[in-house]
Amino acid sequence: MQLLLFNAFNGLIQGVFYALMALGLALILSLNSVINMAHGGFLVIGAYLAYALSPYLGFWGALVAGPILAAAIGLAVERLLIRPIYKRTDPLYSLLLTFGLALIVEDMTRTIWGPQGLPLEIPDVINSPVSEVYFFVTGYRLFVIVITTAAVVGLYLLLRYTLLGIRIRAGINDLETTAALGVNIYRLRALNFGFGCLFAGLSGVLAAGVLGLTPPMGNSLIMPSFVAIIIGGVGSLFGAVVGGLIIGLAAGITTTYYPAASEAVIYLMMLIVLVVRPRGLFGEEGLFE
Amino acid sequence: MNRIIAIAAIWVALVALPWWLPLIGGYTALGSKVLIYAIATMGLNVLLGFTGGLSFGQAAYFGLGAYGAGMTLKYLAPSTPLAILIGTLVGGAAATLLGPLVMRRRGIYFAMITIAIGQLFYFIMVRWNEVTGGEDGLAGFSRQDIHFGPWLYRLDETNFYYLVLLGFTVAVAVMWMVLQSPLGHTFVAIRENRRRIEFLGVRVERYIWAAFAIAGFITAFAGTLNALLFNFTSPQDLHWILSGNFVIMIVLGGMRSFFGPLIGVIIFVVAQDYLSSITGNWMTFIGMIFVLIVLLFPRGVLGILARRVEVR
Amino acid sequence: MTNKLPSVSRRTIVKAGAALGASAVFSPAILTYAQGETPIKIGMHDPFTGTYAAEGESEKRGALMALAEINAKGGMLGRKIELVTEDDAANAGLAAQKAHKLIEQDKVSLLMGAVSSATALSVNQVAHEKGMIYMVTGGHTDPVTGAQCHWTTFRICTTTYMLAAGLAETLYKKFGGKWYFITPDYAFGHTLQESYAKLLKKMGGTVLGNSLAPLGTTDFSSYLIKAEQSKPDVLINLTDGQDLVNSMKQAAQFGLTKKFAIGGGLSELEVLRALPREAKLGWWTLEWYWNQPNTPHVKEWVAAYQKIYTDGTYPSARTWFGYAGLHSLAMGVAKAKSLDAVKIARALEGLELPPEIKLQPNKVYFRPGDHQLMSSEFPGEVIQDGTYPNLFKVAEIVSGEKVALPVAETGCKLDYKS
Repeated sequence: MQLLLFNAFNGLIQGVFYALMALGLALILSLNSVINMAHGGFLVIGAYLAYALSPYLGFWGALVAGPILAAAIGLAVERLLIRPIYKRTDPLYSLLLTFGLALIVEDMTRTIWGPQGLPLEIPDVINSPVSEVYFFVTGYRLFVIVITTAAVVGLYLLLRYTLLGIRIRAGINDLETTAALGVNIYRLRALNFGFGCLFAGLSGVLAAGVLGLTPPMGNSLIMPSFVAIIIGGVGSLFGAVVGGLIIGLAAGITTTYYPAASEAVIYLMMLIVLVVRPRGLFGEEGLFE
Repeated sequence: MNRIIAIAAIWVALVALPWWLPLIGGYTALGSKVLIYAIATMGLNVLLGFTGGLSFGQAAYFGLGAYGAGMTLKYLAPSTPLAILIGTLVGGAAATLLGPLVMRRRGIYFAMITIAIGQLFYFIMVRWNEVTGGEDGLAGFSRQDIHFGPWLYRLDETNFYYLVLLGFTVAVAVMWMVLQSPLGHTFVAIRENRRRIEFLGVRVERYIWAAFAIAGFITAFAGTLNALLFNFTSPQDLHWILSGNFVIMIVLGGMRSFFGPLIGVIIFVVAQDYLSSITGNWMTFIGMIFVLIVLLFPRGVLGILARRVEVR
Repeated sequence: MTNKLPSVSRRTIVKAGAALGASAVFSPAILTYAQGETPIKIGMHDPFTGTYAAEGESEKRGALMALAEINAKGGMLGRKIELVTEDDAANAGLAAQKAHKLIEQDKVSLLMGAVSSATALSVNQVAHEKGMIYMVTGGHTDPVTGAQCHWTTFRICTTTYMLAAGLAETLYKKFGGKWYFITPDYAFGHTLQESYAKLLKKMGGTVLGNSLAPLGTTDFSSYLIKAEQSKPDVLINLTDGQDLVNSMKQAAQFGLTKKFAIGGGLSELEVLRALPREAKLGWWTLEWYWNQPNTPHVKEWVAAYQKIYTDGTYPSARTWFGYAGLHSLAMGVAKAKSLDAVKIARALEGLELPPEIKLQPNKVYFRPGDHQLMSSEFPGEVIQDGTYPNLFKVAEIVSGEKVALPVAETGCKLDYKS
């Protein structure tokens, strides 16, 4: 029983990463209608830029600068490459384009920083066990939870109380009407894409503290993040977060009883959700069919 | 008439391939691989381009075909035709049985449910070490020469290519006939306007099931040939990345045209083979090809010709 | 700031002696060259992209060093040699395809390479089918020189069994016999764990438990928790590569490294380098190490490496694999006095590597029964406060011959055509 609780906690931590990734993906999918295969690429950009800057800015400075730079690059990419193809209704084209981008990012990262793994050093303050008994609760893990919660709450407040946020939500609901009301939807979509990349960059820096940095590090997180979106429900940002936590938890619990299935279980869950309740936990019926 | 000449020209070029390909820097196994992937993607395109079902888990049936063929040779009987037959049946039957789960979903949900199924098969192959060889892949079998009564067809490199070409020709003929039949016309009609077809009283889901099953059989058939090409298969042949690559090859070439996938496969496989030999940054170049094709060719490379070649 | 590798283009066709190459191109004498003057090509497949790219790059560097040395001494059979490298991206299907390309398009005479086991097995099939000698540099899985061995295939890196046997005794004597295992859930891990358990029981110890962790696991906490509860003398962590980095970081973060000894299977200089300071600990086996003060030629070789690669790196076991791999092929050809595959295979059987190539103390030779190189294991301890390249303290250099399974137990039956 104790072991189960331990594993559940660990799964939750893993779920936090999925949730953060899924949130960014869901933002971009909902408003930009882009299946962003390059999301793992922006994660890598955030992580490596934080690594490169940490000698000058320290860990804390890099934690802020990495995601912001990832968002800035995201804005440029959106303007140059994504905006010209919004008018294509078939999402396959944006998928092909972002897939190409993902390849370019991985390759450029390897060319600049080399193929070998690199460690991101974390300050000792947050890097030791919190208590002797609950040794698996390290400061860094709590730190990841705190930062993620802060980011999610921040996004919630932004969407809820600022004009920009209200417009984004309106755009997600009904892009045409929002445009008809005089909102510049090109700018709206650009900013939204930037937010998505900001979240990818943040998960990159946080993940680097646990996993270290390698050029293909984003690849293993991308598919579980899509799973999180489906389970949480397409079109629901809240659902993406909950979905991420649920699949992390499920993987953790499965690890206790049958480790061999701990990766397969999330796909099994997605299969069941899609058969029984395709709109997911919090999604709307019929979106993106 | 023009089309017949074009197709005849393509076919003659394919027959002569073992002679001209090495002259321009290729090799026979590359030709075999292109045709095998072309069978797989054209099969997938019956579902994707002609019926409108976005399958993102097609590698599962490709890999099941490959494992089916490999295991037949390894554990059951040393017969190439039997291996191809069993592999095709295993992969195709899996698609047929799973079709009812998939057929009700549309759009992104269709894509995700096919991914879910595909990944489950992938993990079975990875984890079931004793039988499948797990992460190391399935080795220890080899394609066997084929006996026709007193005649012996030796499956060396070139002869295996002709076996693949025969398979390609048969698969193309079957797909062409399907798409020309009332069944195929219904597929296209579903893609164009599903709701209208539903109002006409057609049970759309059954047709999607049929398209899914046909695509499954054809990709599984391609998978069996792929296992025989190198006498090896591994879980990477079932992974969603390969499924994604199949979709990308189709979009590259043009998913509305019958031969579009063939063009996409040639671009993808040949560019990867060639670029990765001359530069360490081949991924960047491939990525740039994808980006440019999306920006410059809105309907894939063959998209411009699509109107003419499209099956109506 | 970072150690960017020099941009050697992939598949560099390296013509040793640039001046000689240039003069050959510009001189009309090229037309009068006899057939014997055309270079012999050797094909190498390795991952230069993807997860194993760093290891692949190291193997290539070693092979390039050997290439220059061989050509300086007159090449093979009096002909210069060229190395044609291909990226296999650690994908088994792509590796087989590239092997075909090397054989059919580039007309190579010999094959070498592999980091990932699956690529070693797939190219093993191709090479056998084509009757071409294949020198596996990395790729540790047992079947390569075991159940799926072929007469065409030879292997430099050690088997999983040898890895286990190299370290087991050291750990048992130092820390005691109650062991808990964390094993990566695939063929390599299973064989390694079984080998360890067998050895442990032989010495009189007990296996407290074994957790199977899927390959690519990022979170090892649940296995570490189970291990902690069993109160072992030694935690045997058999993960490799990125999984090893993750599990050691987490073990260190949990403070487990203070509670019991942690040991494992294979580690590599490339992996140790990526570990953050707090996770640099434990007992592992390397297959070669640059710091061997008492072994002749090693210091000179390291210096030669650094003269060519000026990015501050040190040669790793992978570098040595590539180096020894190409030299072995050259020696085999020289001894066979022919490029005929059967003759080369027969010549390589029993071939002993000379001191300037083996770069280690014990007798190193290709065992005739399974074509496995009997090279040493270097069990030892990670230096906690070490900085690159001083990351490892070798406890003992164990002769490969002593720790390898007898040929009869490997399952290998060489399939020479009669």
